[in-house]
Amino acid sequence: MRGNDVMGLIFSNEHEERIRELTENRTVGSVPFGGRYRLIDFPLSSMVNSGISEVGVIARGNYQSLMDHLGSGKAWNLSRKREGLFVLPPFESGAASGPGRIGALASSLAFLRKSKEEYVLLMDCDTVCNIPFRELIARHVETGADITVVCRRGKIPEKMADPAVYDVAPDGEVRGMLVAPTARDECCYDLGILLIRRDLLMRFVSDCVSRNQYNFKRDLLQRNLSTCRVYAYEFRGFAKTICSTVAYFDANMALMDPDVRAELFNPSRPVYTKVRDDMPARYGLGAEVSNSLVADGCVVEGRVENSVLFRGVHVGKGTVVQNCVILQDSIIGRDCRLNYVIMDKNVLIKNDRLLFGFQSYPVFIAKGSVV
Amino acid sequence: MLPKQEVVAMLLAGGQGSRLGVLTKNLAKPAIPFGGKYRIIDFPLSNCVNSGIECVGVLTQYQPLELNEYIGNGQPWDLDSANAGVRVLPPYQRSRRSDWYRGTANAIYQNIPYIERYDPDYVIVLSGDHIYKMDYSKMVAYHKEKKADCTIAEIEVPMEEAPRFGILNTREDGSVYEFDEKPKKPKSNQASMGIYVFTWSKLRRYLEEDAADPKSSNDFGKDVLPAMLKSGARIFAYRFEGYWKDVGTIDSLWESNMDLLNPKVSLDLNEEDWKIYCRSPVMPPHYIGKGAKVQNSLVAEGANVYGAIDFAVLFSGVSIAPGAVVRDSIVMPNTRVERGAVVQYAIAAEDCVIGANAVVGSRPEDTPDKAAWGVAVIGDGCRIPPGAVIPPRAMIDKDALKQGGGKNARK
Repeated sequence: MRGNDVMGLIFSNEHEERIRELTENRTVGSVPFGGRYRLIDFPLSSMVNSGISEVGVIARGNYQSLMDHLGSGKAWNLSRKREGLFVLPPFESGAASGPGRIGALASSLAFLRKSKEEYVLLMDCDTVCNIPFRELIARHVETGADITVVCRRGKIPEKMADPAVYDVAPDGEVRGMLVAPTARDECCYDLGILLIRRDLLMRFVSDCVSRNQYNFKRDLLQRNLSTCRVYAYEFRGFAKTICSTVAYFDANMALMDPDVRAELFNPSRPVYTKVRDDMPARYGLGAEVSNSLVADGCVVEGRVENSVLFRGVHVGKGTVVQNCVILQDSIIGRDCRLNYVIMDKNVLIKNDRLLFGFQSYPVFIAKGSVV
Repeated sequence: MLPKQEVVAMLLAGGQGSRLGVLTKNLAKPAIPFGGKYRIIDFPLSNCVNSGIECVGVLTQYQPLELNEYIGNGQPWDLDSANAGVRVLPPYQRSRRSDWYRGTANAIYQNIPYIERYDPDYVIVLSGDHIYKMDYSKMVAYHKEKKADCTIAEIEVPMEEAPRFGILNTREDGSVYEFDEKPKKPKSNQASMGIYVFTWSKLRRYLEEDAADPKSSNDFGKDVLPAMLKSGARIFAYRFEGYWKDVGTIDSLWESNMDLLNPKVSLDLNEEDWKIYCRSPVMPPHYIGKGAKVQNSLVAEGANVYGAIDFAVLFSGVSIAPGAVVRDSIVMPNTRVERGAVVQYAIAAEDCVIGANAVVGSRPEDTPDKAAWGVAVIGDGCRIPPGAVIPPRAMIDKDALKQGGGKNARK
């Protein structure tokens, strides 16, 4: 049966400057995560598992890897005749539009207009979470809200870009909103996920553009707060916002917790991704592995501790890999020692290399490097 | 009309595989999990696609549900093309003379209309129980070069094992002058791999003659090929070099899985331009916990390992509890091995639970009676109670286990 009256819209580039090393050649959405995923898999799968079957992905640059990953949308069950997956590159409406999220929305107005759904769920790619949206949607309809924002209670993650903080009434209605406040106490901060009526979104975006206002949080949300019914939906499950390289590292490491994996990869809400057809991981004689997440296609002959190995990683004999995030198809030779390293795709580490970072500053090795 | 296909592959996947006992109780042999994430049928299907064959008919008969579901529209193997692709071909009822597939040749005979739709020049007949990587296009090229009516793939086996195979005796030019089915005194060590390329027009004629013969058992090896040879058809042997294994028995299935762990065996499933495709489960990478010991093993995504594994093949969703030991064994999808359990020289099928401190199988060096030793097999869905001891060579069946007994030694 058809899921609901909601379409999804995913911003694949938002906050790319926060993890510049990883987004040099890719969108935030196509940043590899958790051994076999890309960040966009989480919002896409959450949406699909919540019955949303029309999803637009806004791509404003650097999107070759994103297109390659998404393909026809088949892996997410979004390759369909009715609805499905739509990649929205810039110049969608004939001319390049303004900056920021509002500019991106303005250039996607034609796509929004064409949809028949009542609501739009907007989402960024930089928060790793698996949210069952049905409850949020039901709440939105029940409260008669114009906008429902998803928030989280706690300390604002360090280095989060322009965090929005809400003053929420006990019934969930938002009474006030601050953008990038100086206070760092516990508060109700925004997760970059928002549900809004489609016609209202289109009106707000057109209004903003006509006034030359392009800041989504300040110009679209804050300005309209007094005239709209805005509700906050608090999400208490696992959610990590990747707003720095350290946060990226920590979010990967968080997957070592069985409870986190059980929630994030809940079999009834699976996280889909592009299939790669690698053989299962192979461990050689003398391999030693502890507290690590290892994807298919890996060949491990050395020692691996507290690390995430993506698909197709090789760890040579005598090598010790500790506290590392090694992206797909990187090859680490024999007798190396690595500690606190984030290694992008296709890196070659030759024999006997020593690379040490620190917990608060993991060393980053760029894609395709030879060390 | 459909566009012509030069080659149509027909994959024989209907046999019961009774020698695999409980493993094929509810499952056709080609659907048996293999190598951590595959099923046996992934090998011939992937070989077809990698060889450029776009049209594959899969002949099913025995317990086809899971196999049908697995093949689906063929998308994981790129066999979902508009005009060709993979088709599951079960026996069907027709206005007269409908029947089950009576033999391998009869299965193809009953599907002549399917093959004719593509107007092929050649038909390649494959089995659904072999593990190998082979470029069929080279074999078809050889078939053309020899202007053969039939080409049979053969592999050199050790002379002492030759009596277990169908042996091809050939002349110098590669043409076959004699078939020797499981000969006591083999003249050569060229074993037939059960892979045949036929010129379709010729095969069609022989199939029709075979079907008209009431005495025939309608089998390729027993009836059609000997008839072709007798009538002077051009039959050639095509030498294959590389890894090939018939996994029709518990021992060979176990050995073939273990071969994947042996760096000396030339079966690389990571080869970039000859991948083996499969329908992948949607699961996160596997997790190896603190205190786990993992070596010489193959572990698929979605597994959780806290215990010790050595020479183990673990499929997706398997969990090995702390203190559990799995060695020289195959553990199929979603099976759980609980605390302190020991699984050795065993195959545990899907969705089993091996209770705490249970012992399944034994090592040959620990078994006083060598004749009684063998790989222990746990059928799918079995719950082995905590502390139970499953002797080597046992075959445990879920239904029999519920009734209290359930231990049958394999023949």
